[in-house]
Amino acid sequence: MYETIGIWVGALFTLAIYSFLYKENPIYRLAEHLVVGISAGYGMAITYQITVKPRLIDPLLSGDHWILLIPGILGLLYITRFIPRISWLSRYPIGFYMGTAMGVGFPLTMKANVLRQVEGAMVPLYQSGMPWYEVLGNSVMILGTLAALIYFFFSKPHKGLFFGTGSKIGIWVIMLGFGATFGFTVMGRISLLIGRIQYLLGDWLHVID
Amino acid sequence: MRKNWIGIPALMILLLLPSLSVAQGVDEILTPVAGEQLEEPDPGLDVPGIVTVLDKDNDAGDQLVVSFEPPENTAGVFAYNVYRRVAGAEGEDSWTLAEIIPVIEPTEFIDGFDPEFPIEPGVLYEYRIASATLDGEEFFGPVFEAGAVSVGEIYHTGKTRILIASLLFILLIFYYFGRAQRGIKMYMRPIAGIEAIDEAIGRATEMGKPILYVPGISSIADVATIASLTILGRVAKKIALYQTPLIVPNRDPIVFTVAEEVVKQAYLEAGRPDAYDPDSVFFLTTSQFAYVAGVNGMMMREKPATNFYLGMFYAESLLLAETGSLSGAIQIAGTDAVTQLPFFITTCDYTLIGEELYAASAYLGREPKQIGALKGQDACKGIIMGFITLALIFGIIDVVANTHILDWLRALVTSPIIE
Repeated sequence: MYETIGIWVGALFTLAIYSFLYKENPIYRLAEHLVVGISAGYGMAITYQITVKPRLIDPLLSGDHWILLIPGILGLLYITRFIPRISWLSRYPIGFYMGTAMGVGFPLTMKANVLRQVEGAMVPLYQSGMPWYEVLGNSVMILGTLAALIYFFFSKPHKGLFFGTGSKIGIWVIMLGFGATFGFTVMGRISLLIGRIQYLLGDWLHVID
Repeated sequence: MRKNWIGIPALMILLLLPSLSVAQGVDEILTPVAGEQLEEPDPGLDVPGIVTVLDKDNDAGDQLVVSFEPPENTAGVFAYNVYRRVAGAEGEDSWTLAEIIPVIEPTEFIDGFDPEFPIEPGVLYEYRIASATLDGEEFFGPVFEAGAVSVGEIYHTGKTRILIASLLFILLIFYYFGRAQRGIKMYMRPIAGIEAIDEAIGRATEMGKPILYVPGISSIADVATIASLTILGRVAKKIALYQTPLIVPNRDPIVFTVAEEVVKQAYLEAGRPDAYDPDSVFFLTTSQFAYVAGVNGMMMREKPATNFYLGMFYAESLLLAETGSLSGAIQIAGTDAVTQLPFFITTCDYTLIGEELYAASAYLGREPKQIGALKGQDACKGIIMGFITLALIFGIIDVVANTHILDWLRALVTSPIIE
């Protein structure tokens, strides 16, 4: 019974959202406001259940982990935004969070986005026994990486043989890469659409198995 | 008739064999006799042997390296369930399932990755490992006390290269930062997307319609979000001067708080704190597609003249930009999400690609400090290009002269995926 109701609700809301393809209308607006409101409320309940209660309230009530009082108080400082006189206190948790995130993120970014990328681009053009297509692939990768880097130079005019031609090749390489990504992602989106149509025609209307 | 008399004792022996093998701790695979129903033999799985526990180097004292001898006979074993408890604790409830290792995987793992069951520094633990069947039945080996406790290290020796690279990059940025502060003029090449920002704000002002600014859907920990909020400050300052309505819907509660402060500050700096509308920056929902539904609805109802999508985006990028395009707004997007950039490029009027988003703030502000930092970043890119070019040359020398200098160069920047 509940499953049937769930399928009907899901199907009708899917159609309500799809009605946006025609134009913005009251049915879409109803679905939009319901999904925004329910998701906001649901998100709050989930955050309490999977974060606040097991990671803060339960350990504190058990009598151990008094250190958790510090993040607990920092978190409570957010609520001071509702009291204009002391709302400036909410800047402390924001500052703490941003500072920590940047501090933790800096070496990770340096490793993942710089060192490992440089390492990946440091490959030999040719080695004995290497097939021709690998030689071609390595050449395109090395020269393409250099050209794309030239495109992202902001303090030099994109003129002349090195910066002018280099940046032109660079933007071509970047666009070719985007083209491949575009096709790949569109395929993923179409599979999502197929999934939704299967839901409507199969689970709801039982037209297909 | 005679054959039947021989068959009865033979059947009895066959039936007794499984129980004998269990009693002796020996696994024997019995071949069932065709046409005769045998009782299901108790598998009596072989259990793992000695467990070795070592302290892991370069950690915060919250990891141990656990290895064990696999059983000689792994027939029927699906996985090894590794249990851990504080040494001296008693009772079955004291054991925690620390890891499940499939039988085909190596019998060594790092304990302490799961934040639900952390390793405490300086605490002695006991381990026992069970051979588990596919049905979840467990056959436990003996209990072993860990040979070491976890101790934290102050310096991570595996990250020296990252430290050196970081210091080098920071020094370069500070060097150019200093040059810019001394008043040395630095060139910045024009970027179409950034130059169009003024035009887009002007268009909305002339049309008397609002400007929609979407600061991405990621958290404040994302560099793209921080870049977006910096640009929001610049954009809001101009909007405050022209008194154009602004709409900033947020998905992340912390980003919402920061965005609100940024816009408020921008109106203050523009000398128009009275024009600031507290409802212009608001929190919508944390759910990704509910957020998209809400923003799309706003686009079609409010019909903003200009849409900015700057920050980190995921699957919602095309949904937002396509709806914005249908509403007839001029659209400027910018993100460092490689998978979403193609969608913005195809649907928006201007797109800031990757680092252009980070540079936008310096372009808009034209402050010497930020221009210097931009020049410093270019110098860092120059070093990276130098390394790749050197690798190219060394690779050719390796082939011609049969040397291995490319490996040496690679070793300079090599950083293991997991230290």
